Amino acid sequence: MSASDEILSKIRNAVTKGDNSQNRTRIVQERIANHPAGIRPYGHSDRTEIRKLFVEKAEAAAASVAICDSGDVERQVLEFLRQHNLPTALRMGDDPRLAEYGIGKNRLLETATGVSEGADEVTLSHAFSGAAETGTLALVSGKDNPTTLNFLGQNHIVILKEEDLLLHQEDIWNKLRDVYGEGKMPRTFNYITGPSRSADIQQTLILGAHGPLRLHIIIVKG
Amino acid sequence: MRSDRFKKNASDALADPQLQEALEGVRHNFVGARARAAENLSSFEDLRDNARDIKDHVLDHLDLYLEHFEKKVTAQGGHVHWAATAADARQAVLDICRKHDAKTATKGKSMISEEIELNDFLEENGIEPIETDLGEYIIQLREEAPSHIIAPAVHISMEQVREDFRKHHSHLPEDRPMSDPRSLLLEARGILRDKFLSADIGITGANFLVAETGTSVIVTNEGNGDLTQTLPRVHVVLASIEKIVPNLEDMSQILRVLARSATGQEMSVYTTLSSGPRRQDDLDGPEEYHVILLDNGRSSMLGTEFQEMLRCIRCGACMNHCPVYHAVGGHAYGWVYPGPMGSVLTPSLTGIEHSSDLPNASTFCGRCEQVCPVRIPLPKLLRHWREKEFEKHLSPSSHRYNLRLWAFLAKRPRLYRLATSIARSGMRLMSFGSGHIKFLPLAGAWIKHREMPVPESGGFFAQYARRGLGS
Amino acid sequence: MKEKPVVGLFVTCLVDLFRPSVGFAALKLLEDAGCKVQVPMAQTCCGQPAWNSGDRADTADLACQVIKAFEGFDYVVAPSGSCAGMLKKHYPEVFQQDPSWRERASEFSAKVYELTSFLSDVMNVTRVEADTEADLTYHDSCAGLRELGISAQPRKLLASMPGVSCREMKDCETCCGFGGTFSVKYSEISNSIVSTKTENIRSTGASMLVAGDLGCLLNMAGKLKREGSDIEVRHVAEVLAGMTDNPAIGASGNTKRNS
Repeated sequence: MSASDEILSKIRNAVTKGDNSQNRTRIVQERIANHPAGIRPYGHSDRTEIRKLFVEKAEAAAASVAICDSGDVERQVLEFLRQHNLPTALRMGDDPRLAEYGIGKNRLLETATGVSEGADEVTLSHAFSGAAETGTLALVSGKDNPTTLNFLGQNHIVILKEEDLLLHQEDIWNKLRDVYGEGKMPRTFNYITGPSRSADIQQTLILGAHGPLRLHIIIVKG
Repeated sequence: MRSDRFKKNASDALADPQLQEALEGVRHNFVGARARAAENLSSFEDLRDNARDIKDHVLDHLDLYLEHFEKKVTAQGGHVHWAATAADARQAVLDICRKHDAKTATKGKSMISEEIELNDFLEENGIEPIETDLGEYIIQLREEAPSHIIAPAVHISMEQVREDFRKHHSHLPEDRPMSDPRSLLLEARGILRDKFLSADIGITGANFLVAETGTSVIVTNEGNGDLTQTLPRVHVVLASIEKIVPNLEDMSQILRVLARSATGQEMSVYTTLSSGPRRQDDLDGPEEYHVILLDNGRSSMLGTEFQEMLRCIRCGACMNHCPVYHAVGGHAYGWVYPGPMGSVLTPSLTGIEHSSDLPNASTFCGRCEQVCPVRIPLPKLLRHWREKEFEKHLSPSSHRYNLRLWAFLAKRPRLYRLATSIARSGMRLMSFGSGHIKFLPLAGAWIKHREMPVPESGGFFAQYARRGLGS
Repeated sequence: MKEKPVVGLFVTCLVDLFRPSVGFAALKLLEDAGCKVQVPMAQTCCGQPAWNSGDRADTADLACQVIKAFEGFDYVVAPSGSCAGMLKKHYPEVFQQDPSWRERASEFSAKVYELTSFLSDVMNVTRVEADTEADLTYHDSCAGLRELGISAQPRKLLASMPGVSCREMKDCETCCGFGGTFSVKYSEISNSIVSTKTENIRSTGASMLVAGDLGCLLNMAGKLKREGSDIEVRHVAEVLAGMTDNPAIGASGNTKRNS
């Protein structure tokens, strides 16, 4: 008997309690296929309210947030770099939306593309979505936004379109299913809520552990 | 496994002033943070109900969800390995390492790895395991076990970390800044950054396995888990079978209570969902993706009075709120899982014969159950272990004898009153006219630390009967 | 006028053994609240020591004894959250596998109350008239607090007394470390927990410690005494009933209060 058969038959003996297996299978298949949503804590419906909630929660998680029009994104990036005395150079993915904002076009910023190998002061990503309930960014892997950029930069700037911003995680799951199909996921899906941190030394919370020391979010109004 | 030495361990812990100072922090930081987080979310209690119901549903259909999960992982090009025992799981990891000729393995924080004692095994086989969670890194340097399931080095002071870093990072300048937690954290960050980038294999645990999408999920704050699983060629996930959730929505319900119960955060910084190896278009991510599904005694808990323990999502709230944990810390419990959840789980996974103190070392104050995000009735489960011990005659014979005698009397009210009146008179005699007793046979353990207040003269029932009121 | 409810007073074994005055205080409070109170003589202990030691058979025997003695009353009241919790929350569990007693136990349990919650929630007592003078701090005993949700009721009743002022201690909801046989089996751990508790009690500057469970009170009184503290330790029923002339718990007979 294989290890999986051994484990599964032990489980089956313990839990089936005489229930016919077809019925159990149906229950499981339906739960997976229908993925019913449970409690969604917030009732906001207005876009501005959702954005306000997102900003409040993201800032509470120690991220910084800027809001701007689509023509002003690069200026916001430069402003963040200036504020923190950072070089005007960054690494980003191939996301066409980043090109649309003209980042790097005017040579005010030196941009590199591709994966991070650990030496980048600043990395830039475009978010897939965001969950206002906790000020959380949602990012997906792929050549447009390599996952290493989310973790290896000292400073991580993330651009989020206001129209992509949703209230709850459940809304993001549905958006994911629209894009990738039912039951499918990108290789890596990252929820990011603030910059990395640790309280492992003497229970003192320090921002900036192995991941970025700073997280800056630029919300682009639609 | 030192759970059979709980009393001695506890004694040592109580006599360790540095540990006591660290525990003072646990008492305050976690408790307040969790209370505020719960209060700030009006649906928190309802979410706890949902989290409990989801886990119960999963346990009742665990075989089917595991099968679905395996199918999805395989379809995405990942590999699933089933491990009935700790030894099977260790071997599965080693086989993967061997196949890739791995010399180093970075590791995200995983309690399963602690449970199967993976690090020692890898070292014996010539593979260097590198813990990358800051707390785990510190205790690895110290060759210690974690003392808390989410804050493994919570028992260690900053001064101790400084000494450890001086000793182990001897290539760094003597006069580097080391005066505060931040500088120590940055030092570890620098050292581990190189390890991340050069590791052959990355091993993480899993907070969830999502059946719907064949996804493993880690929830972290430092970002080390992500670097562990993104940079090496191979990502190995160690997960126990009860980590399954049916779908993404179910996971979100549980996520809403997880961090709030653990650290008081609304969300941990990183919640990362991994589905198979690198895709065609991907520029980074592992080329191979393996999930090791560990049973190690869990399936034997299904269908028993201990099944509810398998709802546990490892948030640590029970130990954060436990007066016994606060007094003795995690190492006293002698195995991987401390506190109330450990006192139920350890006997379940390793045998009550080796951990007979654990279910008894509780005041049944009920605070663990009060804060458990999946509403595990921990005191009830501890009591079930006491019942097993009583049935198996594992409790000390003196205790059993006293209990017998007391029960014999308590079932005979007249005789009981005679006995208690003798006891009362005896105690009053021993008080020598003061309000308390300094010496009393059979009560030495009490009297060692506190006075025994003296009883009032005459029992309630005698006085009541004298007033002619008895019914 | 409605007929007086008939209450069976479950005295508890610790009150019988150590501090009968708590039983008489409970009796007075119940009668003052308009109850007819009876005390069945066929009672000893609720069975908790056996229950918490894993001895189900003796627990069931003792539970049967209690149910038989008390099931005829309108209500069953105990001056202890711990014993009331046993009667109310655990008896149905004791008989979960026993169809012949299960229902009977549940019906019995529905009638059980801890003293202060009975006075507040059932008898709607909002004021007590006793003229006790006390500057006190209140410890929430675990079973009462977490099994029965008792927290506001004793505080409200105490606050209604003109001579009483209450200062909250830090971590008033944290266990005192008693835990029945725990205090003897794991006496060092218990000592550590009660030491933290007495530190919090002393920090309030209150001159009296009040709680609703005699087990916890004996533990804390014993520790305070060992530490040389002269904080008076009393059961909440004594204070509410104005019966504070007798020596406090653990105090000697010749140091009566001078209030």
